[in-house]
This record gives sequence, C-alpha cells and structure tokens, in this order.
Amino acid sequence: MSDLPLLKVSALSKFYGSRIGCQNVTFELWPGEVLAIVGESGSGKTTLLNCLATRLAPSAGCVEYRMRDGQFRDLYRLSEAERRFLMRTDWGFVHQNPADGLRMTVSAGANVGERLMAVGDRHYGKIRATATDWLGRVEIAEDRIDDQPRAFSGGMRQRLQIARNLVTNPRLVFMDEPTGGLDVSVQARLLDLLRGLVSDLGLAAIVVTHDLAVARLLSHRMMVMKDGHIVETGLTDRVLDDPQAPYTQLLVSSILQV
Amino acid sequence: MPTPLVVSDVAKSFTMHLRDGIRLPVVANVSFSIKAGECAVLGGPSGAGKSSILKMVYGNYAVDGGQIIIPYRDRLVDVATADPRTMLGIRRDMIGYVSQFLRTVPRVSALDVVAEPLVARGTDRNDARDKAASLLGGLNLPERLWSLPPATFSGGEQQRVNIARGFITDHPILLLDEPTASLDARNREVVVSMIRQKKAAGVAMLGIFHDEDVREAVADRIIDVTAFSVSGEAAA
Repeated sequence: MSDLPLLKVSALSKFYGSRIGCQNVTFELWPGEVLAIVGESGSGKTTLLNCLATRLAPSAGCVEYRMRDGQFRDLYRLSEAERRFLMRTDWGFVHQNPADGLRMTVSAGANVGERLMAVGDRHYGKIRATATDWLGRVEIAEDRIDDQPRAFSGGMRQRLQIARNLVTNPRLVFMDEPTGGLDVSVQARLLDLLRGLVSDLGLAAIVVTHDLAVARLLSHRMMVMKDGHIVETGLTDRVLDDPQAPYTQLLVSSILQV
Repeated sequence: MPTPLVVSDVAKSFTMHLRDGIRLPVVANVSFSIKAGECAVLGGPSGAGKSSILKMVYGNYAVDGGQIIIPYRDRLVDVATADPRTMLGIRRDMIGYVSQFLRTVPRVSALDVVAEPLVARGTDRNDARDKAASLLGGLNLPERLWSLPPATFSGGEQQRVNIARGFITDHPILLLDEPTASLDARNREVVVSMIRQKKAAGVAMLGIFHDEDVREAVADRIIDVTAFSVSGEAAA
C-alpha cells in the first residue's frame, strides 16, 4: 500500500439553496481501498459522490487528487481539458442505470473500445482484442461483441458498463448503487465479479449504496450518512457489528433476516 | 522481541440507542498479555464477555477505554484507537481469526475462501491454493467439496473451512472463537495438533473453547473473564 492517499477531501459541502445536500465532509482514500457510503435515499450520498467526481460543483471545501505524476491537484482548479482527461482515463464512473453510462446504439465492443480510443489507441485489431478480453472478464460471451447493449439484459448491461470503465486501467472508480434494480441472483454474480476485479486490479473505489449487504461484501471502510452529514465512519465490519451512532443502530437493526 | 499482545484496562459496554439509550456494561479492567508460543484460553460462563474481548482485539468491536497493544512495523499500535487503514494492515499481517461462523460469499469456492488471506499477502494464487488444499485435506474435508462455495455446507464442514482459513498464514497472533464447537472427535484431534504446531512456531494464541478436553489439551493458562465483569458477577 502506498503511503500517500489518492484522494483528500476537506470540509466539502453542497447546498441547494438553503437545503443541505452534504455538509462538512472530510476523509482520505488510499490506493486499493474500497469505501462504501451508505444511508437512505435523500441522505446526501449521491450528492457527495457527484461532488467528488466533479459532476457537481460543491458550495465549499476542497477535493485533491494525486495525479499519476505524484502531484496533488485541486479538482476544482483543473482546466476543463485536464478534468476530461481524468474522467476518461484515470477514473471510472459506474451508474446505477447502465443506460446512463453506455452508448446504447453502438455495439458492445465499440462501447469498450471507445474508452481505449479516447486514451489514444488507434490500432483496430488491438482495440478489438482488448475489448474481447474485457467482455470475457465480465462474463459476456465473445459472440455478443457486435450486439448493441439494447439487446442485453439488465445484468449484462451493468457488466458491460463495468468493462467500459475498467478497460483504461483507472486508479479510482466511483459507483452509484451498482447493483440497484437487478435481480438478487444477478446481483450476487455482479458483486462477486466486482469484488474480484477490485482486488485483482488494486483499485480504489467509492461505492454509494443503501444496501448494507453490498457494503459488507465490497468495502473495507464505511461512512454512514444522514441528512447530509457523516454520522459514523470506520471499518465496515466494525460499523455493522458494533454500530455506535443511533442512526447506524437503526439501519443495522432494520435489515431483514433471511 | 516485544510481547505480541498486551491488553490493559480495556472496557466495553453497549449503548442501545433504540432502547432509550440503556447502557449494557460487558467488561471492565481487562488486563492480560500473551507471549509468543503461548495459548491462553478465556474462561467463564456464556455472556461473560469472552467473544467481545476477541472481537475488540480484532478491531471488530469498538473499545470504550484502555489499550490493546500490538507491535506492528517497528512500532507499537493501539488497536483501540488505530485508524481503519492501520487495522486492515494489522489484520493482513499480524492477526489470524477463526470466527464461530463462516461468512460466505456467493460463488467463491471453499479452496479460494481458505487461500484468500495468503493471496492478500502477495502469495501466488496457485501456491496459496496448494496450501489450502493440504489444510482442507488434513481436516478431512472431502475433496469433492473444495471447488464448491461453502454456503450449502454443513456446520462442521463450514467450521473446517473457517479453521483452514485462519491457520493458513503464519500470523504471529491467532484468535480462536470456539473452533471445535461443531466438530467430531477425529477432527477435534486434528485441530488440537494444529494448535500445538502453531505454538511450536511461536504463535501467540487467544481462544475460547467450551470443549473441556480440547481446552485441557491446548491451554497453557486460563484467563478468568468473570474477574473483569463490571458488577462483580457475570453480566447477562
């Protein structure tokens, strides 16, 4: 593990008028670490994720990212060109709805290949070979490479979106409810796949989820949000097995047992 | 070499915020240390706080007060206040833990569940699998089960997967939460001999064993947990 964090977040806040999106969020993320942000709908977790991923301008605070040259840069002082470069190479963003992260009317292979071309790959045969390899890693059969994601099931679309995000070897991946809206059996397969890829590639990831089982399976650390504030943080199993904050105790005790 | 585990004045209680904030004290003034090559057994009735002590050492339960000191990378770390990242490093490199129940992950085979702690420390996956296979074989888990996820295994089979996973690394500290509870006599014997091997290798062990024969066979010392109970008698 590296001795420097990848991401440093200090006193980050986002207000919608007088309403709080998230307030005074401070944390650091290290390479290889998976952080889950949990909380119910409206708790501010997606607002926070979008502020971190420069998809939404924060009202106050600072997000610094350690670039590949080792320098920390304030994400909100990057030029638009630098920011776009980061978004399509060093970062991935997995949306809850795959249609938000895929181009639905081009082939699966092109969806993956497009990210490679964005980082300068031009050799068609090489791009296709890499795309085929990645489809295999997310368990999409090779003979589906020329099909459009419109013809894919929800679970396949989500796996394709993951391949599209990981093909450029990002160092940081943001995920917004990556298993939301999928059948339980499809969820299990996707979670297992994500878990394997994240640990094999040594990715850092920030996963927003309302599902504590997803957080338990994927994350090392957890932050619990309520009304835009972080109410508890810690090792994932510590937070779930010995929750300290009243709200975390309520969340944990509300899980249905099967 | 510093003592692998020193626990001093540790206290633990649960505050139930959903029950009007009532506070359930579990233990206080917990103090003991474990030397390399020693197996100490936590003794006392159910509910005395034995598992809670193990879980605090592993960082799985928060600590109200006191210190749990483990030497890690040329310094002494207090588990009670360590940040999550340090704690993950300590778990990866220092502490093995055989919990009472196996938490299974869908689609991951028994062999890979066992191999994982070694892989996490950078061992080649195939070498880790070889070692996992030899441990599972030693624990008499039928080979046809190795490639299956343990979710559907019997209690005793899951327990053996859990034991193999805890014993596969050469961590200097090993925590054992009733590892033999659902095993038959033959496999209990196997575990007793595995614990003796760890002792010979200088591992500091802290365990809970309800089975008297196993306890007799492995314990160098019993730590009476009722001595740490808050009201002077075992908390319910």
